[in-house]
Formats: sequence, C-alpha cells, structure tokens
Amino acid sequence: MGGRNPVTWLGSPAFPKAAHEALANTQLRRNLRKATTTIRAKRAEVVSEMADWERLRRAGEAIKDDVLANLDTYLVRLEEAVTARGGVVHWARDAEEANQIVLDLIRAEGTDEVVKVKSMATAEIGLNEALQAGGVNAIETDLAELIVQLGEDRPSHILVPAIHRNRAEIREIFSRRMTEKPASDEPKDLAEAARKYLRRKFLSAKVAISGANFAVADTGSIVVVESEGNGRMCLTLPETLITVMGIEKLVPTWQDLEVFLQLLPRSSTAERMNPYTSVWTGVTPGDGPQKFHLVLLDNGRTATLADKVGRQALRCIRCSACLNVCPVYERTGGHSYGSVYPGPIGAILAPQLVGDMHDKQAASLPYASSLCGACFEVCPVRINIPEVLTHLRAEAVEAKGKRTPEALAMAAAAWVFADPKRYEAAQKAGSLSRFLARDGWIKRIPGPGAKWTDSRNAPAVPKESFRTWWRRNRVERS
Amino acid sequence: MSSAREEILSRIRAVDRPASPPVVRDYERERSASDVLALLDERVADYKAIVHRVSEAEVPDRIAECLARRSAKTVVVPADAPDSWRVSGVEWKSDDPPLALSELDRVDGVVTGCAVAIAETGTIVLDSGAAQGRRIITLVPDYHLCVVRADQVVVSVPEALARLEATRPLTFISGPSATSDIELDRVEGVHGPRTLEVLIVG
Repeated sequence: MGGRNPVTWLGSPAFPKAAHEALANTQLRRNLRKATTTIRAKRAEVVSEMADWERLRRAGEAIKDDVLANLDTYLVRLEEAVTARGGVVHWARDAEEANQIVLDLIRAEGTDEVVKVKSMATAEIGLNEALQAGGVNAIETDLAELIVQLGEDRPSHILVPAIHRNRAEIREIFSRRMTEKPASDEPKDLAEAARKYLRRKFLSAKVAISGANFAVADTGSIVVVESEGNGRMCLTLPETLITVMGIEKLVPTWQDLEVFLQLLPRSSTAERMNPYTSVWTGVTPGDGPQKFHLVLLDNGRTATLADKVGRQALRCIRCSACLNVCPVYERTGGHSYGSVYPGPIGAILAPQLVGDMHDKQAASLPYASSLCGACFEVCPVRINIPEVLTHLRAEAVEAKGKRTPEALAMAAAAWVFADPKRYEAAQKAGSLSRFLARDGWIKRIPGPGAKWTDSRNAPAVPKESFRTWWRRNRVERS
Repeated sequence: MSSAREEILSRIRAVDRPASPPVVRDYERERSASDVLALLDERVADYKAIVHRVSEAEVPDRIAECLARRSAKTVVVPADAPDSWRVSGVEWKSDDPPLALSELDRVDGVVTGCAVAIAETGTIVLDSGAAQGRRIITLVPDYHLCVVRADQVVVSVPEALARLEATRPLTFISGPSATSDIELDRVEGVHGPRTLEVLIVG
C-alpha cells in the first residue's frame, strides 16, 4: 500500500503557473462567467425562500461536527446496520487499496464493463484508470462526466465537471465519439444523444459503481442525490452494486437528513429539490441489486481529522456553492487547481488529503484565494474556508524551512519592526521607492520583489511617513 | 499488518476529539401553508411536470384522459393498484409476476400511487408500498402518471421524513428527469421518465 495520493494530478504545475495559463483562455473565461453568474442568481433566490436558512446551516454544522467527534462509533454502527441488511462492508486505507477491492469485486462477477454514477470519491482515487489497467471498462453515465470522459478531458467543477465546455464544444465531442450524432447544439438535443448512447449500457449492465452523498449510521441507509435518472438506473437495474464512500459522509440518524436534504439541493443546483434522490438499505429482496458492497475510504481523511483547524473541511457535502461564488475560480477555472477538488474547498481539502506540504503543487493551493470570504458565507455547513486557508499557508511556509528568500525577508522584517528607530529608518528608505512609481502605482519592483508585482501592482510609498507628518503637525504645536 | 478496518479505527481513536455540543434543532420542522394542495400543484408544475386537481370520483376518467392524450396503449401498474385505475381501452400489464426489463422498456407508461408528497419542494416520494411497486417500474417507462391523495401531502421536508421508513427503498421525485450539465441551464428529459404527470386527489 501507499504511494502517491491521486487526489492531485501527477505533473500538474503549481497554481500560479496553471492560473496564469488559464487566464489567457478567453473562451474558458466566457464559459465560466456565464455558468457561475447563472447559478449564483438562482441559488440566492431559492435560499431567500427559507426563513430558517441560517438555523439550518448551524444545525448542519453541528451534526457534521458530532459525526467527526464520534466517527469511530458511527462507522461501526453503520457497518453493523448494512451487514444486518445483507450488504458487505469493506475498508480501504488509501486509493490503491480501494481500487483493488473494487476491481476484485467486479472480476468476481465475471464482467469487464461497469456503469458508474458520478462520484467524487471514485474520481479522487482514480478508480476509472485503475479499472482500465485491470481490463475493466468503466462508463460514466452522468452527462457532464460523460462529456469529460468522451472528450478525454479532466473534471473542472465538483457538481458539473464539464462546466468549462459550452454547447458547441459538447456537440463536437459527441459527434466525434457517438455513432448517432446529436441533432444540434441545443442542450435538449445533446441530452437526447446521451440518453440514446447510454440506454443500452444501462439495460445490459451487470455491475454498477456509485458514491454516496450520505450514509445513515443508525439504519445503514445510503443516499444518492442526482438529476438525470442515470443514478436510479445504476442503483436499480444491475445485479451488483458497489458503493465507495469517504468515511466522513455519515449522518447519525435518519432525522438528520431533514437538514441536509434542504441544504444540499438549494446550495448545489439551486433547486428546491433535485429531480431524484434514492435511498436504499443493504439488499431488498425482489427490488434492485441483490448484491451490495460498501467500500469505506480513508485516503487522508483520518490525517485531516487530526488537524484541529483543518478538520472542518471534512464537514463538506460537496455542493460546490463555494466554487460558484469564488472570484478566483471564476477566472482561472477548475483545471488550474490540479485536483478533482477545485475551488475554495479544493484549496483546503486537496492539500490535506495529500498530506505533504513539501509537495509544491499541493502547497500552492492554499494561496489560490484572495481571502474575500464569499465561500464561507455560502457554505451550507459553515466551513470557515479562509481560516483553514491561512492555517495551511502557515504550514506551507513552515515546510519550506528557514532559508527561503521569503523566510529571510520575513526575518529581516521582524528585526526592523522590533525597534522604532530601525523602523523609521526603513520607512525613509522605502519612500525612495516612489521613484519607481508611475501615476501612484509601482508596476515592477526590481530583484526578488518582482514576484509580487508579476501579478499585481504595488501602491507607491508616500514621500513622507505618518510618523514624520505627526511630528511636524502635532508634536511641534504641543 | 493489521486489517484496514482496525487501522482506520485506531487512527480515528488516536485523535484528540473534543465532545461536540448537542445539535440545536431550532429550524422549522413543521411549516403551515394556507392551501397545501395548491402549493404542491404550483411547485410540481414549476419543474415542468403536468399537474391536475381532481376529486376522488373523477380519478378513473382522468387516468383514461391522460393516457388517451399520450396514445398510451400498454401501461404498467403495480399488482396492488386499485381496480378502478385499470380503465378500459388500455392493455394493462400488472407487475405480478415481475415484468422482464425488456418488457418494461417497451411499454408506453406506468401508473402508480405514492407514499408522501412534499408541497414546499414539489416532491413525490415512493417507498415501494401500496400501489407503488418495485423501483424499476417507475424508472424504465418514459411516462409516469402518479396519483397523490390529499392525506399524503405534507408541507416541509422534515414532516415527510418523519412519515417515511428509512429502510424501505425510497425514491424522491421532483419533476421529470432533468439536467443542468450544459452551461448550468436546466433541460428536462434525460434517462428517467421524460414526462411526469400528477393527479392531486382532494
């Protein structure tokens, strides 16, 4: 076991470099601006209908904190309940172990093709690639996942992995990969093309793979929330169902779902309720799959739990509201984050799951934010993302050691700030930098400071410091 | 090497986790509406489902009308559906013995009842109970006609969950199958029934 955690993509550049390239893609920026503007307005509207929204958020936060505080108890309870209802529970420490469990289960059914419901957990562990290597073809059935799979592309959004594609691009991908080509680039015709393409796959599949939005510890019930009906197809038609879920996806009781079934749809697709929600418990004789396997995945979650500040990221219910309001995400797109978890939540979750701040790409993610706080405001489970971002930045700096130019600069600054005379002398020296400024802004600082001005302007330092001004105007008069 | 189960549980137990405060449920568990059925009507229709308000006595005639409008000739019903629903002029396929998948793929539609309906969100919940049948029969046919009785309608999500049994196979349905995956623009009709028609009785 062990090896690299596939939650971040091998070979991805650090965020500043990836973002710089993405910003040059005007098509991408147009697609994203259109999509995020639409969803932001819709979300605000359905949230405003709920007078008790803030109380629901607090309840959601409290329920998830209870889950994290008693995670061992609830996991064992879930295992007992699922087993009692005819399901089989497996545990996986990391991606490699989870992938092997799933591959072995598929082989035991004697098939080499499976249908999949969109799932972040299986994307995180690189399941499709692992199955491919083992000779099993995994077919994504969610429309956006299908667009990504057929386009040999990577996901760029938690809810809508193909958000970076517009209708014309999608038509082009479908026309290239489907025998029955879409009639036009109207969303209706594109959806119809996907329906025809997948129908036979659904009706003949022996094994389906899903994730889970929630699992109820008390009853062993699993919940999948979706829109298209591809989820219902996968959860109902095949003989065998394999569900992979992160160990934090629990709620203690059935009643707790009354909070999340209100918070999630309004936060994610901005609907009062998503079209379909399926709930099943183990195996129901004569109805649906007669074999059910549940794979409980750690893959960095227990390490995240150990971090007092960072653990709140495990409350996440994967709604993607934080992506849709993020000014950085809207401009750079999801690929820049180099992970299946992009956006603000990705910037705090991916580095923690990787668990190695010496990994330059992962360590760059907590900086992919202006700390504006919009993500915290919309988060349905009140994850204080800016707080975790700054906490992880501190960890990233610590991991870099004491000899980097930044650390040396900070040490020098500390020396200067420690003494008023040194501070004033530095201010005087600093005011000379105004000769670099044009119209009050410094567009390029020479030397190592150029890193700062590469992506933003610095204001010119005024000729006179406040201290000097004070002495001249106030001290003299007294 | 210890098992994955033991190792994961011991990693969790090694973490210093402060006890969490009790969950405060001061959100609205019950909500009232001046006209619950009108609210359900409006919210279901908002998803582009077709909704009719009917009296108990009218149900068979309205079922006949709905099916005739779609020229539905072969229609599935759960084995325990009321006899009055099986109007003439239609070939009724009872799901007893269970219908084959290939047969379900050929029928023109399905008529069922439901367990609970949520007015505020326009949601119908099936629990495989009375007049609902197996999950598959409301999934494969392209047309679903659902009969909702007034006493099955609640206002809020919490009220609905309180009426449901978690361990039954449950399907929450809010309008016809839909997707927002292309430019986050909602379009109806993907894999599930592309047309949902609802009779609200009472």
